[in-house]
Amino acid sequence: MTSAPAIASPRRRTPRVPLSSTQRAAQRRRAAIGWLFIAPFGVVFLLFLVAPLAYALGLSLFTKGLATGTEFAWFANYIQAFTDPSFLRGVGFVVTFSLVLIPIQMALSLGVALVLDALTSRFARFSRLVIFLPYAIPAVIGAIMWGFLYSPTFGPLGQLFGLIGQQAPFLLDADHVFGGLINVVTWQWAGYYMIIIYAALQGIDPSIYEAARIDGASSWQVALRIKVPLVSNALLLILVFALIGTLQFFTEPAVLRPISNGGITPDFTPNLYAYTTAFSYAQFNYASAISFALGIVVFICVYIFLFATRKRGSFLS
Amino acid sequence: MTTLSTPAVTPMRRRRTNRNIVPHLFLGVLVVYFLIPLWWMIINSSKDAAGLFGGTGAMWFAKDINFLGNLQDLFTYDGGIYLHWLGNSALYAIVGGVGSTAIAVLAGYGFAKFRFRGRNLSFALLLGSVMVPLTALVIPTFILFANLHLTDTIWAVILPSLLNPFGVYLMRVYAGDAVPDELLDAARVDGAGEFRTFAQVALPLMRPAVVTVLLLSMVATWNNYFLPLAMLSDNGLFPVTVGLGLWQSLASANNGGGHSLWSLIVIGSLVSIIPLIIAFLSLQKYWQGGLSIGSLK
Repeated sequence: MTSAPAIASPRRRTPRVPLSSTQRAAQRRRAAIGWLFIAPFGVVFLLFLVAPLAYALGLSLFTKGLATGTEFAWFANYIQAFTDPSFLRGVGFVVTFSLVLIPIQMALSLGVALVLDALTSRFARFSRLVIFLPYAIPAVIGAIMWGFLYSPTFGPLGQLFGLIGQQAPFLLDADHVFGGLINVVTWQWAGYYMIIIYAALQGIDPSIYEAARIDGASSWQVALRIKVPLVSNALLLILVFALIGTLQFFTEPAVLRPISNGGITPDFTPNLYAYTTAFSYAQFNYASAISFALGIVVFICVYIFLFATRKRGSFLS
Repeated sequence: MTTLSTPAVTPMRRRRTNRNIVPHLFLGVLVVYFLIPLWWMIINSSKDAAGLFGGTGAMWFAKDINFLGNLQDLFTYDGGIYLHWLGNSALYAIVGGVGSTAIAVLAGYGFAKFRFRGRNLSFALLLGSVMVPLTALVIPTFILFANLHLTDTIWAVILPSLLNPFGVYLMRVYAGDAVPDELLDAARVDGAGEFRTFAQVALPLMRPAVVTVLLLSMVATWNNYFLPLAMLSDNGLFPVTVGLGLWQSLASANNGGGHSLWSLIVIGSLVSIIPLIIAFLSLQKYWQGGLSIGSLK
C-alpha cells in the first residue's frame, strides 16, 4: 500500500474556479460513471481478493484440535509461526535468496539492455528475442528442463565432469541447491526484465546523448550517467516485482522437489510450507497464519526497500 | 559499445564495426546459455527411452531418431490426456485472459479519466494487492470454492484468474497518456454518451496497451501452476503445466520404472511451449512497445 506513490504519479489538476450547481451536478454524474467503469473490477477484487483474505484472516485466528475442536485462539497461530523453525528457515532462505538473486538478475538484465540499446545489428535483434524467450516458457517447464540438465542420468554434467575424471555435483542436493535455483530463476526472468529496461531505454530522446558526447562523455559515461538514471523508474518497478516474486518463491522448488533427493524439503520456502501444511496435512488454520505471516514479511521488505531507495534519492527516484 | 543512434558518416561506421566485436561476443555467450535448455529438449525429444538413459551424449542426437514415435506416444498415452491438458490450458488462458483484460481496460479507463472521491485510495489498495502472497489467496479461495462445490470445475481456475491488478495499473497509465481529455470532451459536446465515447473514441487509442495486457494475462494464466494445482484433483481438468508436473512426480517416484514417462515429459514440455512462442513472435511489435508502458511513468 506504500507502493502507490512510488510507482504511480497521478496527474494533479489545476485548481478550479467555483462551480455552479448545474456544473456540480454534472460532476457528480461523472463521478458515478467513473465508479461504473471500475465496478466490474471492483466486484472481482472484492470476491477474489478481499473476501478470501478476510476469510483467511479469520481462519488464522482459530485453532483446530482433534480433542478440542475449533476454537478461537487469538494470535496463537502467529506466535507459533514466528517461532516455528520451519517457517523461520524458509523466510531466511527466501530473504537470502533475494539478496543474492536480485543483484545478479539486475546486473545481467541492465547490462544486456544497455548493450542491445547500443547495437543495431541483426544478431543483436536475434539475441534480444532469444534472451526474452524463457519468459514465454512456463516456470514449470523451465524447472523441468533444468531438472533434466542437472540430472546425473540425463544431463550433460555427468559426461562433462567424466571427461576430467570427476564426479559431477548434483545441483539440487542440499549443498548446491541454492546455486542451482539461482540459475533456473535467472534464466527464467532476466530476459523479461531486460526487455522492460530496453523498452525504457528506447524511449529516451537520443539528442541527449549527442549533447553529452559534444561535452566529451565516453560511451561508458553516457551509459552510466545518463541512461541508467533515466530508466531508474523502470529499474525500481522491476526491483519491487522481483522482490515480491522471490519472497513468494514456490513453483520451481515445488516442481524440482521430487527429483532433488531431499535437497528441497517440504518447508523449503514459506509458500511451499503453507501449501504442504494446507493440502498435505489439511491444517488450513495454521497454513493461513503462515501465508499471512509471509504477507507481513513481504510488506516489511518492500517497505524497507522503498524507504531505502527513496532516501538515497539520487539513483532511484 | 557505441551509442550513436543517428546515422553516422561512413568512416566512423567502419571503425564502429570493429569495436562492436566485444559486445557481440558477450551476446553470443548469453544466446548459447539461454538456448541450452531448449537445445537439450529438442535433441532429447527425438530419443527413445533407451537413448535418453543410456545415450552416448546428452547434447547430441542418438543413432535412432524417434521424434515422430514419441509424438505419437504423447498424444495417445492414457487415452490422449495430453491433448486434453493442452485444450484446458487454452480454454483457461483465453477465457481468463480475455475476461481479465476487458475488466482491466474498463477499470483503467475509469481510474484515468474520471475524478471521484476515493479514487486514489482504491488505486493504492489495488497496487498494494500485488504484494499479497499467492498462498494467502489460494488457500482460502480453495475452501470457499469447496463449500460452493466449485473446486474441480473449470470455474475454479477461470474465476480467480479474472483478478489482474497489474493490468489495471498498465491500462490506467496508458489511458492517462494516450487519450486526451479534450478529445473526450469534444465527443461529449457532440452528444455522445459516456459509453459511446469510451467505445468509439478512447478504446481505439488504447489498442496497443489492450493487446499487451491481453497477451500478458493470457501468458500468466497459461503459465499458472499454483492455482490449478490447488483447485483441481480431476486430472481431466488439468492444464498442461499441472499435468506435466504430475508426470514428473510420478516418474521420479517410480525411479526408473517410468522410462516411457520420462520421454513423454521431454516431448510434452517441448510441445507445450510452442503455442506461446508463436504468439510472442507473431505479436512482437505490440508487446515490445507495450512493455514499456508501466516503467516510463
